[in-house]
Amino acid sequence: MTAFEIIATHYNYAVTVFLMVAGLYIVVARGNMVKKLVGLSLFQTSVFLLYLSAGKIIGGTAPIIKEGIEVYSNPLPHVLILTAIVVGVGTLSLGLALAIRINEAYGTIEEDELFGEGGRE
Amino acid sequence: MSAEALPTAPFVLADHLPVLPIIVPLIGAAIAALMPRGWLAWAVATVSSVLVAILSVLLLLQVQETGTISYALGGWEPPLGIEYRVDTLNAFVLMIVGAIGAVIMLYALESVPQDVRPRQQPFFYAIYLLCLCGLLGMAVTGDAFNIFVFMEISSLATYVLIAMGRDKRALLAAYQYLIMGTIGATFYVLGIGLLYTVTGTLNLADIAGRIAEAYQVYPRAIIAALAFVIVGISLKLALFPLHVWLPNAYTFAPPFATVFLAATATKVAVYILLRMYFDVFGPAVSVEALPVTQAIMILALIAMFAASFLAFYENRVERMLAYSSVAQVGYIMLGMALANESGLTGGIVHLFNHAISKAALFLAIGAVVFRLGHTRMEELAGVGRRMPITMAAFVVGGLSIIGVPGTAGFVSKWNLAMGAIENGTPFLVFLIMASSIIAVLYVGRFIEVAYFRAPTGDCETARDPGLTMLLPTLLMAAAVIYFGFETTYSADLARDAARALIGGSQG
Repeated sequence: MTAFEIIATHYNYAVTVFLMVAGLYIVVARGNMVKKLVGLSLFQTSVFLLYLSAGKIIGGTAPIIKEGIEVYSNPLPHVLILTAIVVGVGTLSLGLALAIRINEAYGTIEEDELFGEGGRE
Repeated sequence: MSAEALPTAPFVLADHLPVLPIIVPLIGAAIAALMPRGWLAWAVATVSSVLVAILSVLLLLQVQETGTISYALGGWEPPLGIEYRVDTLNAFVLMIVGAIGAVIMLYALESVPQDVRPRQQPFFYAIYLLCLCGLLGMAVTGDAFNIFVFMEISSLATYVLIAMGRDKRALLAAYQYLIMGTIGATFYVLGIGLLYTVTGTLNLADIAGRIAEAYQVYPRAIIAALAFVIVGISLKLALFPLHVWLPNAYTFAPPFATVFLAATATKVAVYILLRMYFDVFGPAVSVEALPVTQAIMILALIAMFAASFLAFYENRVERMLAYSSVAQVGYIMLGMALANESGLTGGIVHLFNHAISKAALFLAIGAVVFRLGHTRMEELAGVGRRMPITMAAFVVGGLSIIGVPGTAGFVSKWNLAMGAIENGTPFLVFLIMASSIIAVLYVGRFIEVAYFRAPTGDCETARDPGLTMLLPTLLMAAAVIYFGFETTYSADLARDAARALIGGSQG
């Protein structure tokens, strides 16, 4: 396989890796707590894509038994990711709720200001 | 027991023993959330926790009798359905979580109302039960993705428990842990995803059976999966240098939550790591491909020293204990890295011994918070003279952390030292000793302040808390001493579990 073929047939993984690294970068580089959560969601979403693209079978249809169809996509990753999406929503909403509470308690959600004014001992 | 007897009710229940410790707190959480008064929710939580403790002990006894139990959840046979698989190792972990959860409930009665407003108490207990359910679920399940689901149940509950602390910095601690914990869990699920794509199964035993074959074809995917799983779980168990969420979380969470988390949460994460490394990856991935044990050994040694030093320089007692927890995780991971029978025994038994020692310490310091409301060391002068019973429990827990003979901590360190000698690295024995000496310094520093200085400020009028708080504290302290002498139910079980792990990785 040439390099071009590898990229052309595995571009889904490239997208996954890009989203993952971009998400992690946002979490690390941004000081705003809401932006951090956006990055975290992006990071989680990249993993969803990894699972889903592994479940796709070329030429396969939706996994519903029907006459005349032989090839189905793998339904298991979809079910798993449905669960993971719910977990992701839970995490995001809890994170946002904490950000609201932090804003009420400190008047800011910028980490520079929080830790600058003695948020840490 | 005669299996031929008529299928009466208790028999049916016994068949479902592995799933009951999960169902009881899950239902309990729903009921507790609906309770109109805090104490009613407390009663629900207590009944559930005590039931869980009884069930987990029954489960341990059953495993001892019949060997590994496999339970098909909902009647769907593994590997397609989710399997709950209980052997000595996770029965032991279940027993730790169940016992701690039950004992500390009495403590909650007076401790929790101090931090949590009456209207929120039913939800607090509901969240606590969900956390318990998640931790037990992680320990009992034999399905890789199910571990992730339970991990997130327990983690989300943990973030809420931490955020309930009375100091507003608890919110920051919870947020910080939410970010790091989610990254850890996502790394784990990423590793599992890679494993699934190359083996086509999520059942742990099934993966273990197929991984050697898959490794021939896709070595890189499996090495990447191993790396992601190890790093993800290491975040959860606070392996140095991935521990930064822990000191703030333990310091600012309500004392009741701190005791529970310090005694159980990191222990379950260690169990997942042991299971993953020895049982799932162990047979296939050679040490040359990815030197996991070497890396963990180095990090464990750094944790034992760096975290102990940080504990020594820490001024708040809870945070000192939190850093000490990071150091103790170092000991546990050292046992894993030695990967021989005595070393693993030391690591596994230290899960239990550290759980009871740290519980005793955090319970005692929680009582100090209850009476005085502050834990700066210089403001606690003479507190040992005014709260003698509480501080006696603290001293016992502290001696165990140091590893003084006659306490539970000594049993762990003895086994670890034996493991180090078996491994042909006797200098590790010296390092274990040296790190214990730092523990003498930081525990001793507080004991000096508490006993050998004249009481000042509000310490003059402090006194021991009521019986509901003293009893669990004393029970833990007594357990620390008891398990320092009697090791049938700690070290012997741990040795069985260690043998099974090593056997698994060779088979």
